[in-house]
Amino acid sequence: MALKMVKGSIDRMFDKNLQDLVRGIRNHKEDEAKYISQCIDEIKQELKQDNIAVKANAVCKLTYLQMLGYDISWAAFNIIEVMSASKFTFKRIGYLAASQCFHEGTDVIMLTTNQIRKDLSSPNQYDTGVALTGLSCFVTPDLARDLANDIMTLMSHTKPYIRKKAVLIMYKVFLKYPESLRPAFPRLKEKLEDPDPGVQSAAVNVICELARRNPKNYLSLAPLFFKLMTSSTNNWVLIKIIKLFGALTPLEPRLGKKLIEPLTNLIHSTSAMSLLYECVNTVILCVQKLRILIEDSDQNLKYLGLLAMSKILKTHPKSVQSHKDLILQCLDDKDESIRLRALDLLYGMVSKKNLMEIVKKLMIHVDKAEGTTYRDELLTKIIDICSQSNYQYITNFEWYISILVELTRLEGTRHGHLIAAQMLDVAIRVKAIRKFAVSQMAMLLDNAHLIASNTQRNGICEVLYAAAWICGEFSEHLEEANQTLEAMLRPKVTTLPGHIQAVYVQNMVKLYASILQQKEQAGEKEAAQEITQLMIEKLPQFVQSADLEVQERASCILQLIKYIQKLQVKEVPVAEEVIALFAGELNPVAPKAQKKVPVPEGLDLDAWINEPPSDSESEDEKPKTIFHDEEQRHSRHRQPEIDEEELARRREARKQEQANNPFYIKSSPSPQKRYQDTPGVEHIPVVQIDLSVPLKVPGMPMSDQYVKLEEERRHKQKLEKDKKKKKQKKEKRGKHHRHNSLHTESEEDIAPAHHVDIITEEMPENALPSDEDDKDPNDPYKALDIDLDKPLADSEKLPVQRHRNVETLKSPDSEALLVEKKSKKPKKKEKKHKEKEREKGKKKEKEKKVVEEEEEKKVICQDLHCLKSKSSKHKKKKHKKEKEEKSKDKKKSKKKSHHSEEETTESVQNGTLDDEPLPPMSSYRLLAENPYIKMTYDIQGNLQNDSQVTVSVIFENKSTSFLKSMELNVLDSLNTKMLRPEGSSVHDGIPVPFQLPPGISNEAQFVFTLQSIVMAQKLKGTLSFIVKNDEGSTHEKLDFKLHFSCASYLITTPCYSDAFAKLLESGDLHMNSIKVDGISISFQHLLAKICFHHHFSVVERVDSCASMYSRSIQGHHVCLLVKKGENSVSVDGKCSDSTLLSNLLDEMKETLSKC
Amino acid sequence: MWKIHFILLFSRQGKLRLQKWYTTLPDKEKKKIIREIVQIILSRNQKTSSFVDWKDLKLVYKRYASLYFCCAIEDQDNELLTLEVVHRYVELLDRYFGNVCELDIIFNFEKAYFILDEFIIGGEVQETSKRSAVKAIEDSDMLQETVEEYMNKPAF
Repeated sequence: MALKMVKGSIDRMFDKNLQDLVRGIRNHKEDEAKYISQCIDEIKQELKQDNIAVKANAVCKLTYLQMLGYDISWAAFNIIEVMSASKFTFKRIGYLAASQCFHEGTDVIMLTTNQIRKDLSSPNQYDTGVALTGLSCFVTPDLARDLANDIMTLMSHTKPYIRKKAVLIMYKVFLKYPESLRPAFPRLKEKLEDPDPGVQSAAVNVICELARRNPKNYLSLAPLFFKLMTSSTNNWVLIKIIKLFGALTPLEPRLGKKLIEPLTNLIHSTSAMSLLYECVNTVILCVQKLRILIEDSDQNLKYLGLLAMSKILKTHPKSVQSHKDLILQCLDDKDESIRLRALDLLYGMVSKKNLMEIVKKLMIHVDKAEGTTYRDELLTKIIDICSQSNYQYITNFEWYISILVELTRLEGTRHGHLIAAQMLDVAIRVKAIRKFAVSQMAMLLDNAHLIASNTQRNGICEVLYAAAWICGEFSEHLEEANQTLEAMLRPKVTTLPGHIQAVYVQNMVKLYASILQQKEQAGEKEAAQEITQLMIEKLPQFVQSADLEVQERASCILQLIKYIQKLQVKEVPVAEEVIALFAGELNPVAPKAQKKVPVPEGLDLDAWINEPPSDSESEDEKPKTIFHDEEQRHSRHRQPEIDEEELARRREARKQEQANNPFYIKSSPSPQKRYQDTPGVEHIPVVQIDLSVPLKVPGMPMSDQYVKLEEERRHKQKLEKDKKKKKQKKEKRGKHHRHNSLHTESEEDIAPAHHVDIITEEMPENALPSDEDDKDPNDPYKALDIDLDKPLADSEKLPVQRHRNVETLKSPDSEALLVEKKSKKPKKKEKKHKEKEREKGKKKEKEKKVVEEEEEKKVICQDLHCLKSKSSKHKKKKHKKEKEEKSKDKKKSKKKSHHSEEETTESVQNGTLDDEPLPPMSSYRLLAENPYIKMTYDIQGNLQNDSQVTVSVIFENKSTSFLKSMELNVLDSLNTKMLRPEGSSVHDGIPVPFQLPPGISNEAQFVFTLQSIVMAQKLKGTLSFIVKNDEGSTHEKLDFKLHFSCASYLITTPCYSDAFAKLLESGDLHMNSIKVDGISISFQHLLAKICFHHHFSVVERVDSCASMYSRSIQGHHVCLLVKKGENSVSVDGKCSDSTLLSNLLDEMKETLSKC
Repeated sequence: MWKIHFILLFSRQGKLRLQKWYTTLPDKEKKKIIREIVQIILSRNQKTSSFVDWKDLKLVYKRYASLYFCCAIEDQDNELLTLEVVHRYVELLDRYFGNVCELDIIFNFEKAYFILDEFIIGGEVQETSKRSAVKAIEDSDMLQETVEEYMNKPAF
């Protein structure tokens, strides 16, 4: 849109607009990157031009490129320029670009503060809207602090359009600047009862979002929300309120009861599925209803049904378990999302009775699964399901081990370590299973080549780690120890990862030791020597390992074995001593035990025990970390079997020792560390074997067998046919593939094959029971945990910038702000320099220096304006431009230069009707001027207050001196008064909140109150200031007349033609008309002028006739009918106030007569 | 009570058509996420559900003609409502452009953003009425037209 107006100017005819760019990119599919880099070069050129329309076009194109993934952060400054364009068309593009590419790290962002503030208070609601939208994307803590008050004011704007946006942005502000929550909350609460449903819903939204994070602070709002819930018919609002109650109910149980009725009503009455889902989600009334959702053919509803069910599961597991069939069915769904949800559900649904069946089903899925992610997910789920609550549901650990072994056949899984951890955990903690486990592990080691064959399976080779350790540690259970040892010594082993090899090396010694003992006891000396020889032959391959750990262990052990060989030659029995190296029992320790060791009284862990070591000494400690944690447990001494009492005594003694040893906490690597990822580590459980299950299954185990066996076992338990057990089993073993998953017994009937006694975790004495370390201190919402019921203290005010709102007293807050701003000065300056250099790199060094020096002196406040004046006003070009403007000013007297009118360069003579661009227009008029200073001003109606207008004055320092201590004062009339700080008299001036270095301009705003707006007003005033230069300081004054035209009380308000027609028909309006002759400009220009200078908008236009509309700040409607004849224009006006109308028409007449 | 983390529009070929982020992330991260998500969603069968778990968020997506609309929401958020949001946005686009197609969004991508901004602000729905959202856009379009563009428009 903005682009069409570009067309008129010849030098810009070749610019690409956005559509051209898009088309170009589509036409250059082959060399897109090249084409785009060419476009970016063009854009860079365009950005260098002064014309804001060209810049906006360029920024628009950049925004598109940003989406394609190109970096446009270099144009941040140009984006700000476009944001500050006076025309909405451009402004909107600027804000869009900013919201797409600015983030907290964008340093130019702080330059936008004043621009945004200006837009927020713009009389045009869409300016305000676009600024709010932009803010929502890139608000930073600084912006939030500086603008919080402005946004809060906007929450009470007259237009719901602005109110609702402001309310929503407030949430972002709270997040970035939590201090604003308390001062702003009362107003936010008010908005819950806003007459506009949109604003109301926005407020509900924000409060719900706040309450979700910290529900307890919002309990007091429950009655209000309850009222809303029963009265509102807006589903969007209802959903939010119901969610809010979901968060509040746990804190106030009585709420639950109260909610049942309205929620039931909603569930029965609503037709909106989303609302229904929300209700069901909040109050779990009917699982049956969910079943309907899950059975639905719509995949989305199915998904949600499963999701809701998993929530119910947490509180009412029984009610969900009856739907197991349905959920298992969902596992077969072709949609992965649904399968994953179903898996979640299964986790909570397993029982002793159905565990095997469910896992079996999952194993089938593992085989079928295509994507590795889903398969990995299945794998973790299987392990989670089985190991949950300390293996609560496992009745047969042999089955579990077989499952784990089967899982090792998975290709390319990442979770080898999970399986390994489970194997270790089970083997260590379930004593009765060790024999079986060891046999399985030996088989794994034997088939290691399958597992470690290709690199893709790397993840799975972790299980070899577990296998090697289990075989070594429990080698006494090994039947074919020789064979296993040989498997471990295969050359292939050296291709395994270092940490696994290390475990191999360590455990082959354990194996060796037990074989040695065996052979010696049997008197087979030859065999014993043979095995020693084998070790000596094979170990060197590990000594050569590149892995330090492996190498070191291997060489130690090699030496040891060589020594043993010597002894063996002398026929000395060595086995007893070798085996003693690995004596000792392992006890699982609770994961948090180390943390919970209380600090003994009188021990100060921070105090130095010795003098602080020098830097070089501290390095000595490092080598310790080279050793893996695993090493610790191998070097433990095996103690002979001891009774429980003895064990307890020793544990006590150890604790005492640890407590008294100040080094214990620091230097001993926590032995329990490696258990941390295994769920629920307990003290060794006591397991009784049910001998009805044969312990050995030939060949690779098939977990299916166990399912079958388990069924049989249960069946038999039930029938109590103890004697014939074994026979029956043999008979049935042949029919493994037949299924019978019908279980009729109740849970209680099933006696587990292995009893697992649960003993509480081993914890140090006096351990603190609390688990406070679980909280995350970095939670961004924690900052918003603020008590809102406490009354506001005086000090709790949002920071207000003094010169913006003249009525506000100088508060300590704002002063702090100013100071803060000043302290930021160097950074901003730096930035500006950079920008400037980028922009006008070709400019002469001298000029640059001057500017820089000036900047050094400048007070940073109105960032953007300063920037702008700096970037343009120091050029000779600019001076020329100003002259041009002045000459135009004379011609058209009322059109004065806008401070930011880059577009003034488009002076146009040609006049084809369609392409005719508009002459430059600015609403800023000259206020007064002398050799030192020039003041231009603009008056805008204040939307928040029907009896206030804001006068924006731009002060431009024309001299080479420094201007300071500026003070503006006016002589109040009865009707119109300047708003002064409380307590000051009518004769006091208002200080201008900045100083002006030479050539710099800046803008300040002053608020005036008025009673009647039907007449134009003139106020006399004076600006006093101090001129400071090398010769010294002089006091100067400049008088002016501030002209409040009636048009300045009007606010551009769009109006639809039907509303307009109604207004005219109503007959409440007074009528008046004027006619102006000698009009030479086109009708378009004429309308544009009326729109611009008199704040009207076009309602309808037919040929050379147009209807226009505007509204005053006090709500007067003004309607115009403008007709153009040959050389004349007639304007018929209708207005609710006749004086206002005649004054307005007079002003218009004056404007038109100059055309 | 829900919050959209970001909205992506992309074509069946995986070309991004619109991205709106309601959480601030570095550009690199954004690009990575976009690539990942586009791939996940495009690889999904058409008959599957509209929800995908992704990291700690949920993706809710829907395909309209050749264009995928995808929202990332938080775990506790209501998926169906998000689908309605997506649908509402499509309706808004349709109302504004009239029989909206992918090309409308490509060539007038800034309008698509403006409409989105009128509908959702900071990840929250701000306007549930279709009429007022479109009206706001048209009014602000008209605003720029009254000043500048007006002359180039045919009488209405």
